[in-house]
Amino acid sequence: MAGRKRTLEAFSFELVMTVIAIIALIIIIAPSLVVLIVSFTSGFSLRFPPPGYSLRWYAELWDAWQLHFAAKNSLVVALWATGLSVVLGVAAALAISRSPTLSARLLDSLFMSPLVLPALAFGLAALMLFSLVGMPVSLLTLVIGHTVVCVPYVVRNTVAALAQLEPTLLESSAVLGASRLYTFRRIVLPLIRPGIIAGAFIAFMSSFDNVPVSLFLRDAATDMLPIRMWQDLEGKLDVTIAALSGVLIIATVAMVAVMERVTGLSRRLTN
Amino acid sequence: MGAAPASRDVTSYGMGLAAPLALFFLFFFVAPLLQLLWLSLHNDTAALHWGLGQYLHFLTDPFSLSVLGSTLLLGAEVTAVCLVLGFPIAWLYQRVGPRLQTIIILIVLLPLLTSVVVRTFAWIVILGRQGIINATLQSLGIIDTPLKLLYTQFGVVIALAQVQMPLMTLPLITALGRIDPNLDDASCSLGAGSWRTFFRIVLPLSLPGVIAGCTLTYAAAITAFITQSLIGGGQMLFMPMYLYQQASTLQNWPFASAISIIFLLAVLAVVSVFTTLGRLSRGYGGA
Repeated sequence: MAGRKRTLEAFSFELVMTVIAIIALIIIIAPSLVVLIVSFTSGFSLRFPPPGYSLRWYAELWDAWQLHFAAKNSLVVALWATGLSVVLGVAAALAISRSPTLSARLLDSLFMSPLVLPALAFGLAALMLFSLVGMPVSLLTLVIGHTVVCVPYVVRNTVAALAQLEPTLLESSAVLGASRLYTFRRIVLPLIRPGIIAGAFIAFMSSFDNVPVSLFLRDAATDMLPIRMWQDLEGKLDVTIAALSGVLIIATVAMVAVMERVTGLSRRLTN
Repeated sequence: MGAAPASRDVTSYGMGLAAPLALFFLFFFVAPLLQLLWLSLHNDTAALHWGLGQYLHFLTDPFSLSVLGSTLLLGAEVTAVCLVLGFPIAWLYQRVGPRLQTIIILIVLLPLLTSVVVRTFAWIVILGRQGIINATLQSLGIIDTPLKLLYTQFGVVIALAQVQMPLMTLPLITALGRIDPNLDDASCSLGAGSWRTFFRIVLPLSLPGVIAGCTLTYAAAITAFITQSLIGGGQMLFMPMYLYQQASTLQNWPFASAISIIFLLAVLAVVSVFTTLGRLSRGYGGA
């Protein structure tokens, strides 16, 4: 009797947890699928399910020069901000990763703080500083602002990769007569490269998608894609935006698939 | 080339390598924030008269306080929804084989890397007057006129919960992975049921992950400008939009600075409460 009661009790627990988990997973994935389906509509509205299917809104996207212009700016800024983040972030990660000193821990907190502080407050602060020193908003100010909020991803992933590096490898290399630079190039860099690439990838995606910093550091001449989309959506519900969303979703899925192969992204983010 | 210090030298790098990023942060992160603080301590837009006028204005203005209150409340609601939905995902992850594990992680990860505007846009399609929910309910004959889902608190909470769910789920998966599975069996063989084992063993031991997840989710939810403004619409005002309106539309930079500082302090207060709880729970989990 007691045994049956317990299996029933265990069954109720597993059932409830599994059902909630499946509902939660559906809630996570459904919105992207809905947008993908709606983007192929043949109608003029965002009705679901669509009255018919066509590629007309993707064709429309081909001529949307405002979106092209904003996308190009976003891409340029994201590439520069990622490059700068990798150079500055990897060097900083090497310095602070194995150092137990207080200054290293303080620097670590400083470099991580853009992740928790409201980015909108930083965007306003950066705009005020640039206008104080007489720097007009441009792609350069955008790259600087984006680098501040993207560099934490590179630092964090590089520090994590360095923490898994066996110190004895470096000692053996030194004992065998290799210089520090040679050891770095031939031992350290190959081993931490997946970590750096994963960090750079997340930094790139978060720059490309950044709104709070761009909001203040951009003007009409340096329009950015997420802001253009946001403003379009506030005005009217344009089906062209659905097609653009479709393109972005497919591009993200493709890039994540490549990154999963190259860096084992999923394991990296759960360790 | 001394023997003893050389062995330490080769495994660590000089702090000088952190100098470029430290300088970059000094100029472009610390200096702007200090200037923000400086400007917020002035009573006029020309920044000639020092004073706490901006802060007094905010703290005595019922409207400003209600915006702050509703923003902090929104964060709490979103965090609660994420925890209730995210924990079972992490639990399920530990129960399935490696193939399903990868699929679950990718489902959780993909939205995190998909544009926030795209994800928010998806919720407009779902919650709108002709959206999926209304269309389904109408075709089933449950309702005659479309429900108002967009531009409501419910809509903002559910959309934000979906947008921020990965930030909760990933630390939970990590935390549950660190729990010795034998504890589960031990608890059950000593006569505790599954529910009791979950609430008495699994949940307390995963507290560090719960707290890490809550911190990230809360901080992200209250600053999520795009989702708040597109799903909330014009009637609902939260701190980020309030800040943006004061700074951009009204060009009232000192007041916008004060709003930023108050918002920053509110976020820091919440994060430090969570961090303290995290430290306590680690002691508890280790016992």
